[in-house]
Amino acid sequence: MASKLHFELVTPEKLVRSEEVHMVVVPGAEGDFGVLEGHAPFMSTVRDGNLSIYKADGAAPETIRIEGGFAEVNDKGLTVLAEKAGE
Amino acid sequence: MATLKELKGRISSVKSTQKITKAKQMVAAAKLRKAQAAAEAARPYAQRMEAVVSSLASRVTRTDKSPKLLAGTGKDQVQMLVVLTSDRGLAGAFNANIVKEARSFARQLESEGKTVLFYLAGRKGRSIINRFHPGQTEKYFDTTDIKSPGFDEARAIAHDLTDMLEAGKFDVAHLFYSTFKSALTQEPTRQQIIPVKIDQTASLSTAAAGDAPPASVEYEPDEAGILEDLLPRNLTTQIFGALLENMASEQGASMTAMDNATRNAGELIGDLTVQYNRSRQAAITTELVEIISGAEAL
Repeated sequence: MASKLHFELVTPEKLVRSEEVHMVVVPGAEGDFGVLEGHAPFMSTVRDGNLSIYKADGAAPETIRIEGGFAEVNDKGLTVLAEKAGE
Repeated sequence: MATLKELKGRISSVKSTQKITKAKQMVAAAKLRKAQAAAEAARPYAQRMEAVVSSLASRVTRTDKSPKLLAGTGKDQVQMLVVLTSDRGLAGAFNANIVKEARSFARQLESEGKTVLFYLAGRKGRSIINRFHPGQTEKYFDTTDIKSPGFDEARAIAHDLTDMLEAGKFDVAHLFYSTFKSALTQEPTRQQIIPVKIDQTASLSTAAAGDAPPASVEYEPDEAGILEDLLPRNLTTQIFGALLENMASEQGASMTAMDNATRNAGELIGDLTVQYNRSRQAAITTELVEIISGAEAL
């Protein structure tokens, strides 16, 4: 699959990530959800947990622990706003 | 006419003052760079947060049950002024400007018969406000031990404010801080934080653009649920942004003020040195005249 998802992880301190990835699994308040390119517009609060970033299809995920925030998916990609993000 | 010794003393005292102002100027310049970077790094978060909150808020209908952070208490009798100042002096008129802005607003409110309360952060603003508005300080948030303002402090302030709002202690809250424009200019700013000011133009422009029909967005949980979760965060973010702006402004103001002070001290030293040399010369001349006339008398 050629098209990639534009993913941004933003905390109050800084823009942690802004990159093109294959898939991101977000710990949503009502269950984890994976976001791929072309996901329908979606907005959800996020519970404290691990965010998994898959750089490429089948690659080992990179996890970032996030606390407090929400995720927004729109036509530009996925944006996760978190109060804290630690790797 | 000052004696030579006195002049010498004054010169050395102005010199040591100049050393202090110069050191403070350099410290401020170094800190300014860091504070400015922090303020800029915080902007993406604040912008996104604001965009989401205003788009959500314009879609949620306001009822009696809507969160107080959004709808307010329905009154505007008791006004809370959150005044952020710095803990350190040597920053020119930085603190005075913020306090002046807050006080003129307080006077305006009081002339309209409203009750004004203060929530203060920063040591420098506290003494002035306590003097002019004794007994009206609801809380003082101590930041003296904090080197650089973090998100935790912002959260603590936001938490305090939310608790007071829930307890019905005030109806409307305004935030006073200094916006960082450049190292030379800082603008004292007032911002209404409770209830949330919805930027009508922003929500209108997104509606007008109409590229993403709002109806197709799915929410988890529902819109009101997300909003309830987001509003306290938004408040925290705004306070955090204000703290960072304030920090950068303080350093900028300090740098400018200390630069001026250093230059003035330099001028003063120059003047004093001229005066010192002249009096020394005069003393020598008098002595010579005395010797010569003494020799002639023989």
